[in-house]
Amino acid sequence: MQVRVQQAAFDPGAELAGFAVGRRDIGAIVSFTGVVRDTSGDLRHMMIEHYPGMTERAITGILDQAVARWSLADALVIHRFGALEPAAPIMMVATAAAHRAEAFAAADFLMDYLKSRAPFWKKEVTLSGAAWVAAKDADEAALNRW
Amino acid sequence: MNVMYFAWVRERIGVPQEKVQTKAATVADLVAELVAREDRYAAAFADISALRVAVDQELADFDAPLAGVREVAFFPPMTGG
Repeated sequence: MQVRVQQAAFDPGAELAGFAVGRRDIGAIVSFTGVVRDTSGDLRHMMIEHYPGMTERAITGILDQAVARWSLADALVIHRFGALEPAAPIMMVATAAAHRAEAFAAADFLMDYLKSRAPFWKKEVTLSGAAWVAAKDADEAALNRW
Repeated sequence: MNVMYFAWVRERIGVPQEKVQTKAATVADLVAELVAREDRYAAAFADISALRVAVDQELADFDAPLAGVREVAFFPPMTGG
């Protein structure tokens, strides 16, 4: 299991290639990569703030729940902070399990919880100004699925 | 105790963190003390339903007790992922 909170860029392909390598007990690997989307057409960068210490702790707690619930063989969470360019990967999760249903469900659960329970805040900095991204009611409601 | 602010809460209050001497029994009491201090706190805490709180780096409620607590953080709902 691995949790990484970092400012530096990462290569999702390279991370996936190095994930759960050689595990003979798994039949499925699922990965998700979140990317900086330019919704306004003039995004300069996405500024991501976090709460050092609590961030790692919160993600680890979420990951532990996923591992236990879906009997994951391995799991990875990477989340960046700082100023991120449009089209840059923000974060990724990867899950490895015996069967795909568990791997997909665990990745979906991780994404729902990382969105609303890991202490990150996004601010869109555009050519015309800057604004904090508001949390959506739908994101909070998504937690009830689990 | 160490009081921390993130995102627009930090911007409204003007500092990322500060040491606060308090005898507040709960988070809500601490908020009331801060609001009474200066307008910038009143502005940040105007709508408590728009805020979340962590006590010693765990999400908590505004009625959470503060006895023995070292760090309290205030922030808007999180937007990770």
